[in-house]
Amino acid sequence: MALRVLGLTAPSKKPQPWWWGVVALLALFVFTIPLYLDVAELYSISNFLVLAILALSMSFLWGYGGMLSFGQTAFFGLGGYTYAVLALNTGETTSALLIAVLLPMIFAAILGYFMIYGRISDIYFSVITLVVTLILEKGIRATSGDQYVIGSVRLNGQNGIPTTPSLQLPWDAKAQLDIADVFYVAAGLLFVTYIGLRLLLLTRFGRILVSIKENERRSELLGYDTRRYKWLAFVIAGGIAGLAGAMWGIWGNFVGPNMFNLNQAAQVVIWVIVGGKSTLIGPIGGTVAVQYLTDWLGTQGVGQVSLILGIILMVMVLLFQQGLLPSAGIIAAFAKDRLGLTRRGRAS
Amino acid sequence: MDEVAIYAFQIGFAFAILILISLGLAVIFGMMRVINLAQGEFLMLGAYFCTLITQSGVNLWLAFLLSGLAVGVFGIIVEVVIIRWLYGRILDTLLATWGLSLFLVGGVTTLFGPQSESVAAPLGRFSVGVYGISQYSLVVIAVALALLAGTYALWRYTRFGLVVRGTMQNPTMAAGLGIRTWLVYMLTFGFGSALTGLAGAVLAPIVGAAPPMGVFFIGKAFITVIAGGQMPLLGTISASGLFGTIDGVVSYISSSVVGEMGMLFVAIILLRLLPLGITGRLKRGI
Repeated sequence: MALRVLGLTAPSKKPQPWWWGVVALLALFVFTIPLYLDVAELYSISNFLVLAILALSMSFLWGYGGMLSFGQTAFFGLGGYTYAVLALNTGETTSALLIAVLLPMIFAAILGYFMIYGRISDIYFSVITLVVTLILEKGIRATSGDQYVIGSVRLNGQNGIPTTPSLQLPWDAKAQLDIADVFYVAAGLLFVTYIGLRLLLLTRFGRILVSIKENERRSELLGYDTRRYKWLAFVIAGGIAGLAGAMWGIWGNFVGPNMFNLNQAAQVVIWVIVGGKSTLIGPIGGTVAVQYLTDWLGTQGVGQVSLILGIILMVMVLLFQQGLLPSAGIIAAFAKDRLGLTRRGRAS
Repeated sequence: MDEVAIYAFQIGFAFAILILISLGLAVIFGMMRVINLAQGEFLMLGAYFCTLITQSGVNLWLAFLLSGLAVGVFGIIVEVVIIRWLYGRILDTLLATWGLSLFLVGGVTTLFGPQSESVAAPLGRFSVGVYGISQYSLVVIAVALALLAGTYALWRYTRFGLVVRGTMQNPTMAAGLGIRTWLVYMLTFGFGSALTGLAGAVLAPIVGAAPPMGVFFIGKAFITVIAGGQMPLLGTISASGLFGTIDGVVSYISSSVVGEMGMLFVAIILLRLLPLGITGRLKRGI
């Protein structure tokens, strides 16, 4: 209802022809950004785009699979570290990027098997994923000694790996991508992920996933093995988060234990909750808005960003549970109703 | 012989730490079903109160009690402002308390700075063979056992405990019998917070007080309470026993990080085998 007011349709419906138009226009807009912005701005926007991919993985899993995984940062960090370690060891980045997607998927498959096939309840699922990312962070932080080496790469504990190489062209290892190129790659991957997820939700798999979110027991009684679908969704989301992590390493030429930490995990939830989890496009907007705000606050020297993130999270949960965009829709619908602008209002 | 004693001590100490950090959570999450992700920050507040109170010249043992009380009052405020509006909406509670947790970390860092404050550990050390053990760690074990016994007695033998257990089991029925359930929820949350604050104060001489300290404990606390299952006290004891043994032994052999990873590993496998936790199959009780 609220979405219809703003002219949005829920992604479980087939996209209208104009949707493709809107996406194409957006893509055109994003891809022309490098023409009129300087390198520093481009650099920070690339960051938003990469983080939006992470937000999409969370939004897909939570908004459509009904699973609130706080551990998306675990896959994010794992993807980043996998990319850094492999690229530094082999000197070749394309396969490193692929494996940085694959390895988090395998990890998600194992973890998901224990959690989803163990049928632990939603809330335990959230807590366990959170604990996993916290413990991974602790593990990585403890690797500061000389003995923690994978191949020729030192893990460096607290300090992370600051020599993470940028992406090379697959056919020419000497051609390193510069900041503008990384922007294009990030934007391209974001669009591909968004459109891919949107289309995935239209398939049989996507529809069953949404039905499980709506009513798991009923879907199960209809004969679907709900565990398999949830498990697959978890693995897919893990892969997307891993991709985001590798891209983040490429973007900043750095991976570190902060990728796993609680603030990072909280930010992912805040992006999705601010954008509203009932659409896929909302969390992308939420990511850009919140990241822009935190970056801006960082430069203003207000001190503790987590103080402000905490307030945002509490206010959002207590007052605007649907997210800002859908909440605006609800308020608009209410206002229309009150002002007698809706058809029903006019008829009476 | 000394080896055996030191192992026993390591396990006992790990057990006591787990009991301390998860007892408050066992009340708040285990009994009330409120997921409080700010639990670690309640510990942190307890530790800060303890450092502040001892710095103003108050006796350390009294400071423990005062810190517990202070965090208890803080918990009651949190219940009234946030938790009360979210009963029954578990995920929203989780998100809101997460916000609270970030807010507290940010707030304490702003007030006291990011450096860690310390409290001088009281008492001396004694030796078992070639190993030295601080007497204070024996105090920690004693406090953990005392809190456990006290909480059990409160739930089991007092009228207040009876009312709380009844309300948690069936709030509508309790309200029908004339019990002010909102008050019961408020006091129970306050009690859980006070236990956590006291635990934080007791830990302060060992680990100090620093804004991010909550994060170090929250994971362990949740694993323990979840693996314990639906009986908050017995579950917490048995899970603490199991994980304390793993943590104590593995940490002693290798490092504390590996010990924690071992704990998580066992917890995940345990949940696959016993999805409802260790006490999941037992009858209801505490």
